[in-house]
Amino acid sequence: MTRVKLLQGNEACAEGALYAGCNFFAGYPITPSTEVAEHLARKLPRSGGVFLQMEDEIAAMAAVIGGSLAGCKALTATSGPGFSLKQENLGFAMLTEIPCVVVDVMRGGPSTGVPTGPGQSDIMQCRWGTHGDHPSICLTPAYVEEIFSETVRAFNLSEKYRTPVIVAFDEVVGHMRERIEIPEPGAIPLVGRPRPTCPPSEYLPYDDSRGDVPPMANFFEGYRYHVTGLNHGPDGFPVNASPRIHTDELRLLRKVEGNRGDIVRFAEHRLEDAEVAVFAYGICGRSAKTAVDQARSEGIRAGLFRPLTVWPFPEEQVAALSGRVRRIVVPELSLGQIVLEVDRCAKGRCAVEGIHRVDGDPITPAQILARIREAL
Amino acid sequence: MAFDYGKYIRPGKLPHIWCPGCSYGIVFKSLLRAVDAQGLDPDDIALVSGIGCASRLPGYVDFNTLHTTHGRALAFATGLKMAKPDKHVLVVSGDGDATAIGGNHFIHACRRNIDITLLVFNNFIYGMTGGQYSPSTQPGRFASTMPYGNVDFAFDIPALATGAGATFVARGTAYHAAALDKLIVDAMRHRGFSVVDIVNACPTTYGRRNKFKSPTDMLLWMKDAFVPAAAYAKLSPDEAAGKFPMGVLHRVDGKPEFCEAYYGMVERLKS
Ligand code: SF4
Repeated sequence: MTRVKLLQGNEACAEGALYAGCNFFAGYPITPSTEVAEHLARKLPRSGGVFLQMEDEIAAMAAVIGGSLAGCKALTATSGPGFSLKQENLGFAMLTEIPCVVVDVMRGGPSTGVPTGPGQSDIMQCRWGTHGDHPSICLTPAYVEEIFSETVRAFNLSEKYRTPVIVAFDEVVGHMRERIEIPEPGAIPLVGRPRPTCPPSEYLPYDDSRGDVPPMANFFEGYRYHVTGLNHGPDGFPVNASPRIHTDELRLLRKVEGNRGDIVRFAEHRLEDAEVAVFAYGICGRSAKTAVDQARSEGIRAGLFRPLTVWPFPEEQVAALSGRVRRIVVPELSLGQIVLEVDRCAKGRCAVEGIHRVDGDPITPAQILARIREAL
Repeated sequence: MAFDYGKYIRPGKLPHIWCPGCSYGIVFKSLLRAVDAQGLDPDDIALVSGIGCASRLPGYVDFNTLHTTHGRALAFATGLKMAKPDKHVLVVSGDGDATAIGGNHFIHACRRNIDITLLVFNNFIYGMTGGQYSPSTQPGRFASTMPYGNVDFAFDIPALATGAGATFVARGTAYHAAALDKLIVDAMRHRGFSVVDIVNACPTTYGRRNKFKSPTDMLLWMKDAFVPAAAYAKLSPDEAAGKFPMGVLHRVDGKPEFCEAYYGMVERLKS
């Protein structure tokens, strides 16, 4: 069987999920993410996995959490309004520490917006979409091959840290077809959730005394325990007005923020001696790479920082970068979201300037090149 | 010999949060007796709930218990059941939880005929939030958000379940607790989606507003108003006014169950 394929981004996402051991998908049709579901509707029943088209986006998110709690590696995929509808149960998975992967194929606009055009304006929703304080892991691939590998990584991180992981890519990358070489099974190591080693009688589902990620028993394995969306104690039962709530919410944050070294991934291109840097992810990262190469051919010392992890934000890396360059240009398909994070981390050490576009077309290399030139 | 409820109750988790006079305790005990009567292993049971007074029940019981978001319990339960189709999945919900915010999941679980049992603790009101009218509040009844009498219409929950495709539909009441045990047993034994609409008394937020002087009055109302389905069918329209049928109201055997249909497809694809 040839492992080289021509795949669409959304199909590569589905293939990445299968490679990672995903055996449960629940979703609801929505453009431009539907191909993820369609691909898995063909594949999962053949491997004995579960494919569910639920009655709505909310139900799909809920079913995914149920599937994961019963021991499956579970995925849902959505876009735009569907991602908004996922938020409440996404928060439930965060607080109850049930691993799952949520794919958001980003389209344009609030409301129905531009269903068939790319957008990146969900990126703050990926961080803060559900109510309350909570951690977020969000990966932002830019190439079909990367969608595959980052989806695998999303499952690994989700299981390892017992938290939902969002994979956010825009419609262009989701629908683009590219050559991809599917790695041999085992070539990318797979990670499972930490499992209890104690007998059921001693099991505390949210015991953080031995680390920030408590071992997780699946339902129906003899470890009968309680899961609730209320703030809870180590035994899983609700606590009210307790200092435990504060310390536990800090722990949830810490298990992500405190593991940046493991979670934050990025690609650098010609940054070594750069005077101007472009910070861009997803399709903008691809346009930026072309723009940087063109600028270099004009003798401009430009470089690209392309985050593969947007949340937790690569704070240290951007801080260091801001000390080395005169300006960071931030193209994004929104009216100014991730540029605020870059600015926050640059702390005035260099100029930070956004390029914003929300008309349903990508930002072109020419647009970025023009701003690189202006910077000097 | 007295029934030993203690073997199913988690140590240290009682007293429950329910008000004095609330009938949920009666139904809770019925549920435990019904599970016991089937001789099920608690490891094989998941008890799932949404939000509301009834939804606190799972926390007290030593099963695999999952207290989810408002209205969504059936969707979570669907995930559990599809992942482990040989396990027993039970959902407890209130009338608002099941048929207002969770109405979509309710009708689709019925349509899908997935082998889950839903117990609707129907007290005609939103109790936990202090007595707002729900989709099962009868016209003319009073609620904090219908202070001049309810001008909205009510769902007949068993009729809704039947219309949506559930294959086992029953109604019981907290007053008729012994009969309720059997309804819950039959619902759980049924292969397919089963719904038991369980009429309950919320003296705190419903009874007080609706001329029930005491919790006992509410139970006595159940005693009078709910009539076994066969007897109800024989009532004249005049006699039937203000009365409701109870017992098994609808049952279809032989409609394919969803997990069986799905995993049947999985098996076919292997060959
Ligand atoms: S508010 Fe009503 S339903 Fe809730 S516990 Fe009190 S009496 Fe029971």
